[in-house]
Amino acid sequence: MQALQGLAILLTLQSAGEALSRLLQLPYPGPVIGMVLLLGALRWQAVQVRVQTVASFLLGHLSLLFVPVGVGVITQFGLVAEHGLRLLVVIVVSTWVGLAVTAVVLRRLMKSTAP
Amino acid sequence: MTDFVQLWVYLASTPLFGLNATLVVYLLALAFYTRMGQAPWANPVLWSILALGTGLWATGTAYPTYFAGAQFIHFLLGPAVVALAWPLWERRAALRAHWGRFTVAAVLGGAAAAASAVGLAWVLGLPAEVVLSLAPKSVTAPVAMGIADKVGGIASLAAVFAVLTGLVGALSGKALFALLGIGQDATGWMARGFALGTAAHGIGAARALQVHPDAGAWAALALGLQVVVASLLIPLVAGWF
Repeated sequence: MQALQGLAILLTLQSAGEALSRLLQLPYPGPVIGMVLLLGALRWQAVQVRVQTVASFLLGHLSLLFVPVGVGVITQFGLVAEHGLRLLVVIVVSTWVGLAVTAVVLRRLMKSTAP
Repeated sequence: MTDFVQLWVYLASTPLFGLNATLVVYLLALAFYTRMGQAPWANPVLWSILALGTGLWATGTAYPTYFAGAQFIHFLLGPAVVALAWPLWERRAALRAHWGRFTVAAVLGGAAAAASAVGLAWVLGLPAEVVLSLAPKSVTAPVAMGIADKVGGIASLAAVFAVLTGLVGALSGKALFALLGIGQDATGWMARGFALGTAAHGIGAARALQVHPDAGAWAALALGLQVVVASLLIPLVAGWF
């Protein structure tokens, strides 16, 4: 019952996010606005207990949710193969650069002025 | 034999097929991943995609037919993004204390990923619309498609790049962090998780969640921050050129 109510809360906030995104023409997608709204709503214990179960379930299986899009990527492989090796080099190298810069910067910031 | 073929044609044309195949293949891939001690190369998303892609190709099933069923799983990405507020709420004290640091790391990391992708693609002589589609590749696929559309890239290409980026991050993050000397203490998990969420969005965050709950929570924070940072900065920077 609580899981079902939790799902209803998530869907309601997602809908609210979609509506706000459209109405105010914000550059953020509906679910992201929904996430910010939920962060505010979690101060109420009634929301906490209901969201906890369903959030843990959904986030525990987050990787499953990317499979349908991923299969679509495979069917689009012609697009990638067209530009071949160069494209693969760009994707791999820039991902490493992004990971390294973020991790090193955050670690340095956390160590420099420890609270 | 014709009976079997007829049955197959019937089953393959109902949404049941795509949904069932996705769930069963993923559970098998997950069991394999667990058996392999959660080794990065055994990533369940990667092997599920390869197995299902091969299956569709071998049976001559069109992607829209498969997606008619798989969309029920795909749809849950929306509520899952909303649910990311939960791990953030649990760590709200740290979030409040280090807000500025997280923002700096998200902006610098996101900018480094986008700039290196665009710069390298330009140097290697890739066509302009491909270069532009590479800019939002660190952001989760649905958002990347929207950004690419805005700056003159190709939306479907941007989704492909985003998924490949997520897989590269999930597969090679562990080795890269070890090489950089990022430890496995509290600060180390924070840096690892936050970096995966920033540079490899949801697929990276999913890997972080499987490895360590703290890393997963920081990855969720970074993923949310990166959506905001990228949708603000990429169209702005692209406008200067």
